[in-house]
Amino acid sequence: MVDEELVQLLTPEGQRVEHPDYTSTLSNEKIFSMYRDMVIIRRLCNESTSLQRQGQLALWAPIQGQEAAQIGAGRALQPMDFTFPTYREHGIAWSRGVPPANMLRLFRAVSNGGWDPYTYRHSVPAIVLGNQVLNAVGYAMGIQRDGAEEAAMTFFGDGASSQGDVLEGFVWAASFNAPVVFFCQNNQWGISTPMSTQSKVPLYRRARGFGFPGIRVDGNDLLAVYEVARTALENARAGGGPTLIEAYTYRMGAHTTSDDPTRYRVEAEVEVWKHRDPIERVKALLVREAKTTQAEFDAIDAEAEEFALQLRADVLAMGRPDPITMFDNVYAEGHPLIEEGRREMVELGISGGAH
Amino acid sequence: MGQQVFLLPDVGEGLIEADIVTWKVQVGDVVALNQPLCDVETAKATVELPSPFAGRVVQLHAREGDTVEVHTPLVTFEVEGAGGSTPEEVPHGGEKHVVNEPDEERREPVLIGYGVANEDGVAVRKHRRRSSTAVVAPPVAATTPVVSTGPVRTTPPVRLLAKNLGVNLQTVVGTGREGVITRADVERAVRADVTPVAPARVSTPSTGPMTTSRFVGRDLAPWSTGEREERIPVKGVLKAMAESMTESMLTHPQAAVWVRVDATKTMELVAGLKKHPRLQGVRLSPLVIVALALVDAARHYPGVNSMFDAKTQEVVVKRYVNLGIAADTPKGLLVPNIKNADQLDLVGVANELSALVEKARAGTTSLAEMTGTTITITNVGPMGVDSAIPILPPGTGAILAIGRIAPAPWVVDGQVVARQVAELALTFDHRQIDGALASNVLAHVARFLEDPATAIVAG
Repeated sequence: MVDEELVQLLTPEGQRVEHPDYTSTLSNEKIFSMYRDMVIIRRLCNESTSLQRQGQLALWAPIQGQEAAQIGAGRALQPMDFTFPTYREHGIAWSRGVPPANMLRLFRAVSNGGWDPYTYRHSVPAIVLGNQVLNAVGYAMGIQRDGAEEAAMTFFGDGASSQGDVLEGFVWAASFNAPVVFFCQNNQWGISTPMSTQSKVPLYRRARGFGFPGIRVDGNDLLAVYEVARTALENARAGGGPTLIEAYTYRMGAHTTSDDPTRYRVEAEVEVWKHRDPIERVKALLVREAKTTQAEFDAIDAEAEEFALQLRADVLAMGRPDPITMFDNVYAEGHPLIEEGRREMVELGISGGAH
Repeated sequence: MGQQVFLLPDVGEGLIEADIVTWKVQVGDVVALNQPLCDVETAKATVELPSPFAGRVVQLHAREGDTVEVHTPLVTFEVEGAGGSTPEEVPHGGEKHVVNEPDEERREPVLIGYGVANEDGVAVRKHRRRSSTAVVAPPVAATTPVVSTGPVRTTPPVRLLAKNLGVNLQTVVGTGREGVITRADVERAVRADVTPVAPARVSTPSTGPMTTSRFVGRDLAPWSTGEREERIPVKGVLKAMAESMTESMLTHPQAAVWVRVDATKTMELVAGLKKHPRLQGVRLSPLVIVALALVDAARHYPGVNSMFDAKTQEVVVKRYVNLGIAADTPKGLLVPNIKNADQLDLVGVANELSALVEKARAGTTSLAEMTGTTITITNVGPMGVDSAIPILPPGTGAILAIGRIAPAPWVVDGQVVARQVAELALTFDHRQIDGALASNVLAHVARFLEDPATAIVAG
């Protein structure tokens, strides 16, 4: 990964490297705590995949390989910032304090969201590709009008970067100098579309055309992602306007549990990225610099196992809401088409009864 | 103790069924939560199903190759505690399938296809099998002397060995630590299996190769240890091959022409190009030249690159070549094609060819890569035969076979000399292509191979 323009502070071997613009400000304690976040979020992802394969979730979108991108960005946020995710941001949701089981409510189809966005200042996942970018820019313009020292941050992938909504969001953010950070996790594959088809220029360079800075960071480097995200957020809060961060990473697993990546990409590519694992390099750093012991790592693994069992128990206890409730929160006010759907469902006898 | 039934979930948003590709557990195995149970193939993906329970496997409700409907029983487990610690609930339209401690009568092995008795004692018959036979589960080897029950303790490589050798592990006594079945135990069981003591054998096949061989995408057990008759469900790649060959022979009246050719210059050209510093890393072979020759023949005689459309009563002449390559893969015969091969030069064809073969071997060929073939090559040379009369892939006009290229006596200027000789055959759809056209095409290919450098340069 020899790339002059890629911000990297920690190599895949776990060696620190210098960068002219960024220096790591993280203490060993904080790095250890972020390592724990990454291990737990990976375990959450694996357990959720299993739950889907066992018929307990309708769908799951794995994040394996993107833990550093998400924990690095998530932990750079301040409590009053507001985040706008897509459906693969489990690490961001974790960083915002969303209870883990709540993240799975949407995927079990027992809820249209899963949590109160205002409690965690983390919007519910946008399933419509790129829609969250418009929401984030609008929110950021609201921050400006309130005169608050806060930032909005929105998350999307290389696939969504081709969506009109994302590009419109770029235009508006630039025009109004809105306090928003666009965090693009370029995981190299938009379902089965490779990056080489998705964009003919590196994604971060698009920002220049819209009139704000773009930065490419090694998305598997926790230290670099944290510093780049922190700097961009501080700049936004201070009135410096938007930034596009392209976190260069890799989706180790499938797009979702409905997808089979072996049909469109070669194993050799996955093998290359295995050597760039975001968790292993932090582990190597901790062993060398913080003298973290095997017992301390084992304790985190054990905690992750406990966590997975609790998550499973929570999911199995969610039950099945009456399907008729799916119509309840589509619009704030009544809508004739929704009412028609609700009526038809009752007539068909699909509903569990009185509502 | 109680029983829990794992129903096949919808693993991919709206699927109705899945094929069982491989079982990774057997009846009697004690499995952990999330331990892989099997690989299933759906219309969307091949995925691994992890166990939703920790417990002992009491029944597998389907065999490898079976198609199972979503929300019907897949595996029955015996779990600790009444009904297990986890509620059995399916969020998407499945009903509850908790089977309480059954009485002795209900614990009889169940015929695959009938399912287990449910709470009301009524057989749940939702599960569909497409193969023609019904057998008792678990399948056991024909020469089983004793079948023990209870969990089998061994390692995955030994399980694989036992499976390949057709040994039922339930009959093997483990001599390893704490009774674990070892490789040596399985090998000993195989030897014991062929002694005259074994029942139901008229004569003892004392010798026979102990190697497995590939057949229709699977490893066949050796002659001496495999079942007397083995029934293989017609699924997947095998099914595709069977259907397309049947369609071809029933609806495509076909004939063939063949020719022997002096391919010495082709071999020399390939050998020379291989040494060229700028072509290092390009996988060059005589097949690349054969591909160029056939594409060139199609350009000169587009009629051969055609399709007979019986529905519309039209012959479709194609002025592009999607060049099909018959590939022997671990799954069986696949025929992916090089799209727009007529737009490629020698290096382009070589690169596309090696990429296509690599993908076919790795099992990553996509459906798109197997559709739209206009003309095909089958290379039977690596198998050590001189040539073949291939069957036409349906919807195409011709298929070219090339056999091995080997030294043979050849007459040059009245003298018998050793040359690199190959035999070519062209099968064609005789509805639209007549013998004259087919002969012209094959002669063109032959001339190309006899002097490829000139043909490539002069077009």
